[in-house]
Amino acid sequence: MDWMIIKRVLVAGGKNFARGGAVSAATVLIMTVTLAIIASLIFLSALLTFTLDTIKNKVDVSVYFVTTASEAAILDVKSQIEKLPQVANVAYTSADEALAAFRARHATDQLTLQALDELGGNPLDASLEIRAKDPSQYESIVNFLEASPALSSGGASIVDRINYQQNKEVIDRLSLAIQATRQIGLAVVILFAIASILIAFATVRLAIYTAKDEIAVMRLVGASNAYIQGPFIVTGVITGVVSALLVSLLLWPATWYAGTKTASWFSGFSLASYYTSHLGIILLILLASGIVLGAVASVFAIRRYLTV
Amino acid sequence: MIYFDKVTKRYGSMAALEEVTLSVAPKEFISIVGHSGAGKTTLLKLLLAEERPTEGNVFFESIDVNDLPSSALHHYRRKIGMVFQDFRLIPNKTAYENIAFAMEAAGRTDSEIKSDVPYILELVNLADKALHFPDQLSGGEKQRIAIGRAIINQPELIVADEPTGNLDPINTFEVVEILKKINEMGTTIVITTHNKGVVDAIGKRVITIDRGRVVRDDAGGKYIL
Repeated sequence: MDWMIIKRVLVAGGKNFARGGAVSAATVLIMTVTLAIIASLIFLSALLTFTLDTIKNKVDVSVYFVTTASEAAILDVKSQIEKLPQVANVAYTSADEALAAFRARHATDQLTLQALDELGGNPLDASLEIRAKDPSQYESIVNFLEASPALSSGGASIVDRINYQQNKEVIDRLSLAIQATRQIGLAVVILFAIASILIAFATVRLAIYTAKDEIAVMRLVGASNAYIQGPFIVTGVITGVVSALLVSLLLWPATWYAGTKTASWFSGFSLASYYTSHLGIILLILLASGIVLGAVASVFAIRRYLTV
Repeated sequence: MIYFDKVTKRYGSMAALEEVTLSVAPKEFISIVGHSGAGKTTLLKLLLAEERPTEGNVFFESIDVNDLPSSALHHYRRKIGMVFQDFRLIPNKTAYENIAFAMEAAGRTDSEIKSDVPYILELVNLADKALHFPDQLSGGEKQRIAIGRAIINQPELIVADEPTGNLDPINTFEVVEILKKINEMGTTIVITTHNKGVVDAIGKRVITIDRGRVVRDDAGGKYIL
């Protein structure tokens, strides 16, 4: 195809779109709804990830050390645990820090503080709070800890207790819930995406159906299939681009409004600021979806009318 | 130039054309007449390769039309200009663009289009309607644009299927005059019609089809059914 033909196809596609009137408007409207669904799936997925991460971050396993364990031995254990690939981070809390935190937490509870004073010294253990990359990995981390020779000093274990067994049921359930939510979320996203793509396809097909006599005439006056298809594909692409830009404009007020209404449910997650910070990639996804949908739907829709 | 060799076309068990044999020489002006459903349009569809014969062969010059693959049809159709009863203009293109489209489809350059289209618009007496869309034109004007589109690439043959079927007597007369002028310039013309006035005004060879068979073929004939 030389430049002259490309130029003609582009111009004809642009004119088709501009002169399409109600048909172009209806196609843009439906494509806008389709892309808006795709955009909301992006937000839903981000929200889901944020919520699951928040929950995951609230889960950890604490290893409490006997009061006689030296700080050097505990830090040695810490550095070994940090080397495990499944560990996200390990935080060390010394016995003194634990005591300070305990006092701060019970600052208004005179009775507890009095009891603590009567005990004398520091009854609290130093501890390591281990956070895994995935909740399902806690078991293997704990297994490593229990088998590790670093946890014993001269034959006696320096570990007082690991709170994994108490938390195990909660962690297991949470792991299952997170996995199920991800799978259901993915299924919903795929389902909605397919449904909206089919709607867009049907609309483009309908738009091309209105031009089927025109296509037959083009064939009869000697136009090649590629020359007939070209402008329809260009029109489809323009429809996709216009719809993507329309959606990205509408998302500003929509995310701001939805953000103010949902801010109290999802503390720390703002739809509007997520949209602003991910504007480039979202716009790219919308444009790519619009262009691919418009072009592919046009190709499939027009093929059946090219047999004359 | 055109040769139908024992052509039969059946739709299911019904024969639209049966054993039709006829030939058309270059520069002829042929009127094909017959009742509705006689097979006139089927004959033209076979010539345009819109349909394939059930039996027999259709030749255009040395081309066996039946043997053309789908990918070569558009090259073949560029040799023929077509005019239809219902005009079949492209609704979202102006009169100018409708005529230019046939040139664009044939791969003609922009400068050729710029010089030829205004000339053809003058020829069909519609230069002042160049920027009108089909729904802004009368039936006669639409048909003249369709004729302009058919002749713009200077085809060897013009095929017109009931070109005056939707026109009033004045527009019918104008269209016939334009077709006669085109024929005088050396283009072969095949038209189908019901209109006795049209056939008599042309006064050239008339082929009569009845129930799928050629029943009369008169050089310089009149409309007789």
